[in-house]
Amino acid sequence: MFWDKEMETLRGEDLERLQAKQLKWTVSQAEKVPFYQERLRAAGMSADDIHTIEDVKRLPFTKKTDLREGYPFGFFAVPRREIVRIHTTSGTTGKPTVVGYTRHDLKMWAGLIARNLTMVGLTPDDIFQNAVNYGLFTGGLGFHYGAELMGMMVVPSATGNTKRQIEMIRDFGVTSIHCTPGYALHIAEVVEEMGVTLDSLKIGVFGAEAWSETMRNELESRLSLKAYDSYGMSEMYGPGVAFECQEQNGLHIWEDCYLPEIIDPKTGETLGLGEKGELVITSLSKEAMPLIRYRTGDITMFLEDDCPCGRGLRIARIMGRSDDMLVIRGINVFPSQIEHVLLGIPEVGDQYMVYVDRINHLDEMTIDVEMNRSLFSGELCDLVGLQKQIARQLHDALSLRTTVRLVEPGSLPRFEGKAKRVVDRRGGL
Amino acid sequence: MQGEFIIKQISVFSENKPGRLAAIAEALEKSSVNIFAFSIAEANSFGVVRALVDKPDIARSVLEKLGFAVQFTDVIAVRMKDEPGGLYETAKILGEAGINIEYAYAYSGKEAAVLILRVSQAGEAIARISAAGGSLLRESDLG
Repeated sequence: MFWDKEMETLRGEDLERLQAKQLKWTVSQAEKVPFYQERLRAAGMSADDIHTIEDVKRLPFTKKTDLREGYPFGFFAVPRREIVRIHTTSGTTGKPTVVGYTRHDLKMWAGLIARNLTMVGLTPDDIFQNAVNYGLFTGGLGFHYGAELMGMMVVPSATGNTKRQIEMIRDFGVTSIHCTPGYALHIAEVVEEMGVTLDSLKIGVFGAEAWSETMRNELESRLSLKAYDSYGMSEMYGPGVAFECQEQNGLHIWEDCYLPEIIDPKTGETLGLGEKGELVITSLSKEAMPLIRYRTGDITMFLEDDCPCGRGLRIARIMGRSDDMLVIRGINVFPSQIEHVLLGIPEVGDQYMVYVDRINHLDEMTIDVEMNRSLFSGELCDLVGLQKQIARQLHDALSLRTTVRLVEPGSLPRFEGKAKRVVDRRGGL
Repeated sequence: MQGEFIIKQISVFSENKPGRLAAIAEALEKSSVNIFAFSIAEANSFGVVRALVDKPDIARSVLEKLGFAVQFTDVIAVRMKDEPGGLYETAKILGEAGINIEYAYAYSGKEAAVLILRVSQAGEAIARISAAGGSLLRESDLG
């Protein structure tokens, strides 16, 4: 099923022609922003220099820190009165980033969400529970309007009160849920504690944080649904930039609206199909806030072969963040690698925290892992064996010695929004 | 026959940090569970609290409600003479039978000292101790 078959399947020269035209338009739109006027001048580029999509490589990058300096409205390319909504991104340091939307932007965004939800098999017959934050976070209103546009009945449940969320799913016959994967696991835990089942639920759409294939298997079996990965970021409207189809093998990135590149995060050099690097996106339809070669910080790659569903280019599931990447004693570590190891060991729960300290000038990584209550044997020697097994498997995966601490079930913090499982306490050098 | 001498010990997973034993003890006190004997085994940052109590099922359910991971473990309890050589008698029987003691702790019961044993083969241990004239306790004999 397609929402916008022409755009979803546009390939080859037809696509490149559209992208080149939109790229030229985006650069002309960016020329209304002082930051870009300066950057483009420095690069010796203007909209008139854009003829093909290859010309994007001559344009300067935009970084998250650049956007922060524009706080609050410095990146708006339209008069303030044409902005009909703003969202902000969850900034971990300093001020958040404000993103703005014109009416046309909101229409485009809702259309992308409708594409995605149709792609995973949802129809107006479905009931969609949107269990994410409805405020400044883009996931709430973004999915809400896309799902409404598609014609589903939307339950704007937002976050919190997990038992009530579960009651709603059961009472309303909810068939599809959108939330973070971490919150979905929490729902699964509470469902099991309550001794109920969620029989109506068949499709889960999970995003806003990176999650592994192991976690997908776990979500699918514990909640009896098909779990799909949703990708996006506020700077590019919000969720919906790329999304899995029913093949569950990579995310289709919507090339009529976004011009993606994969680069080496260290050198900025463009990488080819199948090469792992940082995703860089140039918006092609954003009016209020055009962004040129925006460094997403997300590590992925373009998949090489064509998808049987007939749609275009796919990116691999996000493997980590170039900026979340921890360097521990000189070794690059992505938190997703740790998660992958832990989820493969049934005796530990889904919950963990990673602490990084510098002790006597040496980086030390400590991982707190919750015991799985139902697999506690009662024997201390089994616990010690488990602790050693976890440390050994982490060592195999990370090439790094870590300290593993088993903690009591339920004792680690639960996250309803973006999970913050890594605490780096090293401070400055 | 031998089954009656198998005693249910509750084993509780606990982090090694202040207040955890108090939390366990408080929960048991509130549900009027009496502790006959207990010990703590620790490894690095965590440990297992082991206890023999008068109402193991109640103890397990209140601790689980508090979020603790709890398991029952089969142990045996042997009366010892409260005098030099008391422990030797029992340990010798098991040693000669090739039965390994995984861990043990003791308490001073009403009539005699009691040795609680977690052994590799509980059935065999019960048979050997009985045959050698040793005296085992049933759950109802605790206290």
